[in-house]
Parts: sequence; structure tokens; C-alpha cells
Amino acid sequence: MRLSRRFRNISLILGMSIVLAIVICAVFAPYLSAHGIEQMDMRNRFSGPTLTHWLGTDNFGRDLWARLIYGARVSLTIACISVTASALIGTTVGLAAGYFGGWTDLILMRITDIFLGFPAIVLALAIVAVLGPGIVNVAIAIIVVAWTEYARVVRATTLVLREQNYVQAARALGAHPVRILVKEILPNAIGPIIVLASLGFGTAIISESALSFLGFGLPPPAPTWGWTLAYGTRFMRDEPWLAIIAGATIMVTVLGFNLLGDGLRDVLDPRHLSRSAGKKK
Amino acid sequence: MLAYIVRRLLLLIPMAAGMVVVTFGLLLLIPGDPASVLLGQEASVEAINNLRNALGLNDPWYVRLGAYFARLLQGDMGRSIFQNQAVSEIIAGRLGATIELAVVALILACLVGISLGVLAATRQGSIVDTVSMIFAQLGVSMPVYWLGLLLMLLFAVTLGWLPAIGRGTPFPEALWAALTGRPQVLVDSFAHILLPAVALAANSAAIISRLVRTAMLEVLREDFVRTAYAKGLRRQRVILRHAFRNALLPVLSVVGLRFGALLGGAVLTETIFAWPGLGQLTITAISQRDLPLIQGIVLTFAIIFALVNLVVDLLYAVVDPRIRLG
Repeated sequence: MRLSRRFRNISLILGMSIVLAIVICAVFAPYLSAHGIEQMDMRNRFSGPTLTHWLGTDNFGRDLWARLIYGARVSLTIACISVTASALIGTTVGLAAGYFGGWTDLILMRITDIFLGFPAIVLALAIVAVLGPGIVNVAIAIIVVAWTEYARVVRATTLVLREQNYVQAARALGAHPVRILVKEILPNAIGPIIVLASLGFGTAIISESALSFLGFGLPPPAPTWGWTLAYGTRFMRDEPWLAIIAGATIMVTVLGFNLLGDGLRDVLDPRHLSRSAGKKK
Repeated sequence: MLAYIVRRLLLLIPMAAGMVVVTFGLLLLIPGDPASVLLGQEASVEAINNLRNALGLNDPWYVRLGAYFARLLQGDMGRSIFQNQAVSEIIAGRLGATIELAVVALILACLVGISLGVLAATRQGSIVDTVSMIFAQLGVSMPVYWLGLLLMLLFAVTLGWLPAIGRGTPFPEALWAALTGRPQVLVDSFAHILLPAVALAANSAAIISRLVRTAMLEVLREDFVRTAYAKGLRRQRVILRHAFRNALLPVLSVVGLRFGALLGGAVLTETIFAWPGLGQLTITAISQRDLPLIQGIVLTFAIIFALVNLVVDLLYAVVDPRIRLG
């Protein structure tokens, strides 16, 4: 129990540190790199990590560090848009389904199940194929599947909360359902939403980079992580570090959000900690 | 039990109908004239008109939706714009490879995930527990396409132990060849599938290991486990015969969901390892904006996913009577 709790605390701190570092890199990208994303240095092609090029260069001498920190802007922007919109849509659906019940619940949850029934990346690819590339379109492709998770969790939480005395009291006083949902239920359901949002950032970043990796994300010269990784695979045999570093960047970022989400879950829902940690015999 | 099966089968009908509507909706999402968009700017007016007729774009959307439903009920998914072949035929030719990859990956994920989860739970707080939790975090965070590339770089390019790309003889045929005195065919088939299956399985193995660990820890606290210990049973017997069997129940429900994730992951894995399945076909269809083929593939993935979940639900009901009686 103690080790597990310590591990979870470390998770939260480590997760927050990684996320903070990535956000700082993205925000201050122009100040953290002496090179532009398209700036070529032909004398230092495939240079490998040096003092001038911290993470090395590609076949045109373009700085990998610069591409990755500018790429963080793209990934985080798409993740922000998709997580915010997914949370809004999913929370609204979950609140309505859980509070009103009956046919509203049945219809909304069956729609949720239908969207949940599609493999996320396949539906995302199909949507990008018909809408075309672009930040908003890639975000839409992610949102179409991601909102379902919020809807299911918020519905489950609402089903419990609507039976609480303070909600019953508000209803007895004649409060409008929208007011009850926004003022009474939502503030008490916010914990799971925050946890899902944190984990959702990781999922969104993986989805966005997968789309870019397959060539259906933002078109070049946008320095997306997925495209940088895909480009690095062209030189996989002789210069593997390009793809390795790009992939490691994606993994560490997703790891950061996942650790943060797990840590937040334990802070906001102590029952989960006791469930996952158990009691040592 | 029969009533439960009928109820679950009836629930599948509106679900499948909803999936068809979503798949059909992809066509409505295309901004502007879908025929012009799908064929590109250089397409002739005649080609655009032909495609408009083929897609029924001159009719209102609800008429087209009705016609789409009617065709699907007859097993007709339409014709591919660029391959000039029935979509169902193209998909049928590729489906086996994807199912083979997903099933092998699922078996690997279950084997590794369950073993690690049980080990971690029974040695809670030890170094084994910590390592398995770190493995689980890394497995969940690692993009499948990156892991695939790393495995390829190490085992195919650097060490040369395994083939980097392609598919060997399909498993059923390879098995038959092995039984008729040609075991090398099966070995070759296994060598080809190992790297893509491991890459695909890693994420699911990580998730299953976390779930098994949590479920085992819950079960190990139950009274019947304490009673089993009090009866003087050996630890190994208590863990395997009493705790493990009960901890497997929640895992079963996740296996169906993981199969869906594996089907999605196959799109990426197949692209990296040039595995000639439905995933690779998806990329080709999307690159060409071959909408009938895209719709057919998306619907096929969704229906397989729904059927696998149905089977898992039924199995769950067999194992746990509370489900069918509740």
C-alpha cells in the first residue's frame, strides 16, 4: 500500500513536470531554438546531437530540436481543441442522459454506443479523408470518437448524484433542470471529467501523430511529430536516431499526461486508490 | 439464457442500423459536390456525372440512405471507384490477414497481460510489482507505430533474426503444411507475424496487466480467499484456483473492447510491416478517396467489433449468472 501510494505520488509529480516542460517548450519555442523549422544547414546534414544542433539534423540539415518544440505547438493545440470540445459534448450528453433518464437516456446512450463501436483511428481516418487535412478537421476526427468516454462516465456519476438530498431539495424548490444540472450536479461531477481530460490529452496526441504519421494530418511544412517521425523512417537504416527521438518525444509527452491523469484520479477519487492498491496480506 | 441471447441479438439490430447511418453520413460530410471532390480537379465532366449517378447523388439524402440500407441487406456494399470491383469482394480478400494478426496479438496481449498482472498482485510492493507498473505505463503511452519501427530496427535490420515486412503463408494453410510434413512453412508464417503482433499487442497487454492486478488485489481481500487460507490450502492453489478465476471476470469484458482497439491498431501496424490486410487497404482507399470502399471498410470494422462484443457478453453471461438473471 505504501509503495503503491508513493508510486502514485511520484506519478503525479513526474506527470506534472513532463507536461509543464512540454508546455514551456511549446510556448517559448522561438526563444529555445536558434534555428527555424525550415532553416537548412547543408554542412551539417545528419549531424547527430551536437552543441549547435542538440538533437541532430535531417538530410537537409534541418534542426530536429526546433522541429520538435514547434511541433509541440501543433500537437498541444489540436489536443486542446479536441479535449475541450469532447468534454463539452460528452458532459452535456452524459448530464442529460443521467438526469432525465427514460427515453432520453436510452436514445443518447445508444447513440454513444454506436460511436464507441467504431475503431477510433479508422473513423478518424475516414473523416479526415472526406473533410481534408487541417487543424480543425483533425480535431473533429478525434472529437467524433473521444466524446463518448465523457458521456458514459458523466452519466454514471449523474445517476448517483441526482438521488442526493441536495439535488432532491433543489428539485422540490422548483429549480429548473438546467440550473440543477449546472449548479448542483456538474460541480460534483467535475473530478472524473478532469481526470478524463488529462488522459484524453495523451490519447489526442497519439491520434493526431498517428494521422500525421500516415500522411493524413497537417500537411508539410507543419512540423507535426507524426510527420517528423514518418520522415525519419526514410533514414531508419543509417540514421535511426531521427525516428527514435521523434517517437520518444511523443511517448514521453503521452506518458506525462497519463501519469498526470492517474495521479489526479487518486487525488480526486481516493476510492480508486484503495481499489487499485488493495491491502497487502 | 435463451432470453438473454435473444435480447442481446435484438439490441444489435438498432446498433448496426446506427452504424450504417454513421457510415452513410461520411458522404454527407464532404463539402461541396462529393463527386467533384472525390475525383479531383482534373476529372472530366463525364466522369463526374458517372460518379454522381453511381453514388445516387441526384436523389435526396433519405432516398439514398434507404437505397444504401436495401443494398447492404443484400450484401452489396457498392463498387470501388478506383479498383472497379465489388467492395465486399475486395474486403473479403483482405479480411483474413487482419483477423489473423488481431487474434494472434490478442492471444499475446492476454498471455503477457494476465501473467504480469497476477505476478504484480501476488508480489504487491515488490520490485516485480514496480517493474510491471512501469511496463504498463510505458505500454499505454507508446505509439504502436513507433514500437513497430523499433522492433523492426532491432530484430530485422540489426540482428536479422526476423523478416521485416510481409506476410508468410496464411496460418490455416501453414498449419496444414506443417501437419503434412513441411513444418518450415509454419515457422516462416510465425516468423512473419511475430513482430507486427508484438507491436500491436503491447498496448493491450499493458492495459490488461493493470486491470488484472487491480482485480486480483480486490479478490485477494475477499472472505472466501481468507477461508481458503484458513483451510490450510497452499498459496499457489489459493491464487490460481480461487482468486485468479474470479479476477478473470472483469478481464473478459475488456477483451472485447481490446479487440476493437487491435483492429484500429492494425491500420498502423499493417502499414509499417506491409501486412496485406484490411488496415493497409484502408490507407490505400483513403489516399484515393475511394468513398464506397472507405464506407465498406469502416462498416466492416464496426460490425466485427459489435459481433466480438456480443460473443464476449454472451460468454460473460455464461460465466457469471448474475448478468443474465439481473
